[in-house]
Amino acid sequence: MTNQTSKQWAIETQDLDIFYGDFRAVKNVTLKIEPKKITSIIGPSGCGKSTVLRSFNRMNDFIPGAHVKGEVLFQGQNIYDPRIDPVQVRQRIGMVFQKPNPFPKSIYENIAWGAKINGYKESLNDLVEECLVKSALWDEVKDQLQKPALSLSGGQQQRLCIARALAVKPEIILMDEPCSALDPIATLKIEDLMRELSNQYTIIIVTHNMQQAGRASDFTAYFTMDTDRAGSMIEYGVTSQVFTNPTNKSTEDYISGRFG
Amino acid sequence: MKNPVNLFSSISYSKDLHLENRQKKASIWKALFRLSTLVGVIVLAILILSIVNQAFGLVAFEDINDRNEFISTSIIDVPKTELIQLIENNLNKNRVRTLDTEKPLLDRSKSDLIRIVESEVFKQRIVDSYPLFQSIFTPNEFKSTVAEKYPDAIMEFKSWFTPQFLTESMSKTPELAGVRTALLGSLLLIVITIVVAFPLGVSSAIYLEEYSRQNTWLSRVIQTNIDNLAGVPSIIYGILGLTIFVRAFEPLTSGRFFGYEGANGRTILAAGLTMALLILPILITNAQEAIRAVPNSLRQASYGLGATQWQTIWHHVLPYALPGILTGTILAISRALGETAPLIIVGAATYISKDPSGLFSNFTALPIQIYNWTTRPQQEFRNIAAVAILVLMIMLLSMNAVAILWRNKIQNKR
Repeated sequence: MTNQTSKQWAIETQDLDIFYGDFRAVKNVTLKIEPKKITSIIGPSGCGKSTVLRSFNRMNDFIPGAHVKGEVLFQGQNIYDPRIDPVQVRQRIGMVFQKPNPFPKSIYENIAWGAKINGYKESLNDLVEECLVKSALWDEVKDQLQKPALSLSGGQQQRLCIARALAVKPEIILMDEPCSALDPIATLKIEDLMRELSNQYTIIIVTHNMQQAGRASDFTAYFTMDTDRAGSMIEYGVTSQVFTNPTNKSTEDYISGRFG
Repeated sequence: MKNPVNLFSSISYSKDLHLENRQKKASIWKALFRLSTLVGVIVLAILILSIVNQAFGLVAFEDINDRNEFISTSIIDVPKTELIQLIENNLNKNRVRTLDTEKPLLDRSKSDLIRIVESEVFKQRIVDSYPLFQSIFTPNEFKSTVAEKYPDAIMEFKSWFTPQFLTESMSKTPELAGVRTALLGSLLLIVITIVVAFPLGVSSAIYLEEYSRQNTWLSRVIQTNIDNLAGVPSIIYGILGLTIFVRAFEPLTSGRFFGYEGANGRTILAAGLTMALLILPILITNAQEAIRAVPNSLRQASYGLGATQWQTIWHHVLPYALPGILTGTILAISRALGETAPLIIVGAATYISKDPSGLFSNFTALPIQIYNWTTRPQQEFRNIAAVAILVLMIMLLSMNAVAILWRNKIQNKR
């Protein structure tokens, strides 16, 4: 595995199957995610996009009966190894959810909390500012850090959630349809932000919005459902390639809006 | 909407819309709902009015010793020094000393001195009393009866609810009796109950909701039993408390184990533990509901930042669930404060004039006191029972108010 010439991928899966109880939701996913790039996962509803995304930081562990077969490698290490504590995985691989879900606390506390529990020793004030600047929210909230986070607008809340994820200093940020609850202007802001962040972080985003995947991502993985209702990856490549010249008929149909 | 008129010229349905019929049905249901609420309000109003009816009213006083032998003017015009002299000259020395050590006579207010002189020197006694509504609407009836039976009696409108009622302890004479002992007993009882039941209840709820595997047969059995225990008659908890806390754990509950000279296990500690058992199922189920209502997105957000399960529970689940848990606690406190049956079984004293001094003392509580007074034949005991009920209700309301204020404060922070 530790081949000198092999490239260090951000995340690498090897024949990954994901089960909910006896039901196989996702099968045979072999995927290599390019570091410090934006990779989008697209596909029709129920094809297991979110399931795959959540398996990257073991968020599926909370669903009773969920388990995986195969490997998910992060820095060459299988994160499903029994010796690995999932808490450690989630600190390295952060997550932003579909609906903005800030804590019912102040803006400041929202960002500082994650750092505090992970034993961050330096100045929290600096960290909060740094994260808010990175998530392009600083100018809007710098005078009201003690205000409740829930008083912000939906788009601001989602950027706060991104800032909150950054405060834990992850290497990878998973985004599960982060713009589906936002209006187009807020959506564009998040996309700009993703582009900005991809200089430092690997971003994997699940989206229903084809244009978003086309505009904002470097790589695209297309998932679809088989006749046994198990999702699998049909196509994966550079976004422009997948969108302009798909190798698979199903991908072409989906992208051109013929179904899904 | 009695007669809906079709304002639209075109008819979109070929069928009759039955609008009139549908609206009628709706209004019948609405009237029924309003009626049910009204019934509840009326019953509550009757309850409160009947208590208030007993707590105030006309009374007839009579002095056993003729007051003209002691003073020549109205007692209000007698100066303070003379009042003190009256007390010192006419009461026995022990009584004077007791009064003086409670609060020096010279420091007492004039109204306080008048009260002592009237009740102890003149030996003023209530010979007859009349409830509030009759006192207001048919006072003459009372006046003529009294004039006939007790020609020397003075009539007065009396509020049985006096400051002395709160500060005096038990007495065999209703005018001198108070609820201090029972009030302190109830307060201490509730404190013990909450201190024991709140942590136990909340911890079990956390375990059942956050840690235990749901949907296994064992957790279902436990859950069903907790739900059912909330409905078990309180007297059965009393018997349980008697068997376990009073008898089996007697060395602990009587305090002998800790070096106290406890006589038996019938202490306020045993009663508090019994009450804690009684409210535990209510507390657990309410706390579970509150924890279940915490949105999952909050837990996920916390886990997504690399928090452990305990950090998630402590920093996010519990603060979010706390208002709900407090609501459940309010319900549980109200239940425990009014319970009488288990206290009787566990052995609350019906007559005790000593304040509870600690965990291992004998005690009485407000409901016991009320129960005791209502069983007496004299009308005056019924009057003070009504006042004791008012005291119990005020205590309940103020405790709940504190909990509600606290809850609102938490909710406003969000």
